[in-house]
Amino acid sequence: MSLDLATTRRIAKLARIGLDDQEIETVRAQMGGILGWIEILNEVDVEGIPPMVGTSQTTALPQRQDAVTDGDRQSDVLANAPDREGPFFTVPKVVE
Amino acid sequence: MMLTDLTIAQAAEGLRKRDFTAVELTNAHVEAIDALNGRLNAYITVTADQAKEAAAHADKTLAAADAPTLTGIPLGIKDLFCTKGVRTTAASRILGDFTPPYESTVTANLLANGAVFVGKTNLDEFAMGSTNLTSAFGAVENPWRRNGDDTPLVPGGSSGGSAAAVAAHLAMGATGTDTGGSIRQPAAYCGIVGLKPTYGRCSRWGTIAFASSLDQAGPMTRTVEDAAIMLAAMAGHDVKDSTSADIAVPDYRAACGRSLKGLRVGVPAEYRAPGMSAELQAVWDRGVAMLREAGCEIVDVSLPHTKYGLATYYIIAPAEASSNLARYDGVRFGDRREGASLDELYERTRHDGFGEEVRRRILVGTYVLSAGYYDAYYLRAQKIRTLIQRDFTQAFESVDVLLTPTAPTAAFGHNEKPEDPVQMYLNDVFTVPASMAGQPALSVPVSLDSTGLPLGLQLIGRHFDEETLIAVGSALEKAADFTARPTFRAGAAA
Repeated sequence: MSLDLATTRRIAKLARIGLDDQEIETVRAQMGGILGWIEILNEVDVEGIPPMVGTSQTTALPQRQDAVTDGDRQSDVLANAPDREGPFFTVPKVVE
Repeated sequence: MMLTDLTIAQAAEGLRKRDFTAVELTNAHVEAIDALNGRLNAYITVTADQAKEAAAHADKTLAAADAPTLTGIPLGIKDLFCTKGVRTTAASRILGDFTPPYESTVTANLLANGAVFVGKTNLDEFAMGSTNLTSAFGAVENPWRRNGDDTPLVPGGSSGGSAAAVAAHLAMGATGTDTGGSIRQPAAYCGIVGLKPTYGRCSRWGTIAFASSLDQAGPMTRTVEDAAIMLAAMAGHDVKDSTSADIAVPDYRAACGRSLKGLRVGVPAEYRAPGMSAELQAVWDRGVAMLREAGCEIVDVSLPHTKYGLATYYIIAPAEASSNLARYDGVRFGDRREGASLDELYERTRHDGFGEEVRRRILVGTYVLSAGYYDAYYLRAQKIRTLIQRDFTQAFESVDVLLTPTAPTAAFGHNEKPEDPVQMYLNDVFTVPASMAGQPALSVPVSLDSTGLPLGLQLIGRHFDEETLIAVGSALEKAADFTARPTFRAGAAA
């Protein structure tokens, strides 16, 4: 299957990966190849087959108490921030 | 014999008999790393000082009674496991100098068992690859060479640094993670043992996520017994990972050498892929003969959806990756590229921070999950995944374990990597189906090919029946008597 440039640009935008025109073209061609290869799956009859979620055949996932079990780690949470002001992460101005 | 030549089982015994100290054992490995890591690039970060400190502590523990099994054993840790206070990179630029303030559950379990970590091993970026060529910290060299040929070879991937470190005796064992073959394929390429446990056997907490429904940690070692020892220390239920199984961890080591009388071994017809080399076919046939000789009954089985495994994987894994890797935004941790707007900051950070293969997978994943395509790709893939799992469930009604090759070829040269991503993905053809179904699987080195490179065979078992894999794997290991060692290893460096 072939992918058009507009779709490729839209996907890159959704993924928040900035690509220049040349990179978009390379990605378009490669993704087209991958998606074409994946079309082999269209020959499988999946009528009535439930989708698999998780792989455990044994038990359903457990539910825990909805209670706070951890916290009060402000300095740990902020320790790896590339930029911060006081107890805040910083980003470029979002609201004018 | 050099200390670096010992197995984990031998070293644990030697430490207890006071034949040598944990400090001596760790020093021997640190020296080997100093001598060889410049060439092999198996470690991204070497933690020599911490290792020596931990070894000194281990010697004290060993002086008292009841030291845990791995006390004083030097291990490599794939740089995908968060290690408290030690930089963790996932072999990506985007994590910058990220230093986790916490310890992953698997590494915490190993530390509680007394293990000494000598360093963080190299990998394909975010564990996405089969060559270790996608690491932002440079390629890893496989310690093996073809006969009379100095071409540097790939160690496989994604746990290529772990495999190279163990093969070259730069660690007694190492952790790996396996999403579609990332423990088993590099183990086969480097002539070592690699065990991917059942999904849910080891906690995923604190391991940097690639595809959450597939990722599983496991041991990489030089013997099956060592894999059993390491797995027992790594495995177990963890309340911090709701998908980790609340099932008791058995004494895996006791399964080594267990009688195989009457055990039924399945040989799946669909793994006889067209184009399989006569040499690989012969190794597989030899493995079948060894197990028959050991008392197993050989049964032909069919896994009819095998040929759809790879394509299904290359929808599901990128989809989950695109979601998991959304967190790398340049705001809360890792590297950042500034931008005039928040979107520009994200787009520049993620363009510069991710390598080409990671970007490609995020984009494919974004596409298959995007509006209008979800049903056609992701939902369909999840249904085919059900069919793949049913194949295994049906096969395991008539057999106890499956025997297949681990990888279609032996290791190849750094410069022999296919340019087409789809050709590259074909490397995972034999390992992906077991991952899709959550089955445990073990790769054991069996022989050398005509060029002198190791080939491995894969055993696939029932859910949570790693014991049968270990029992059959140890029989295969004994029959194969694989004693060859790579060109580059501790004490034998050229």
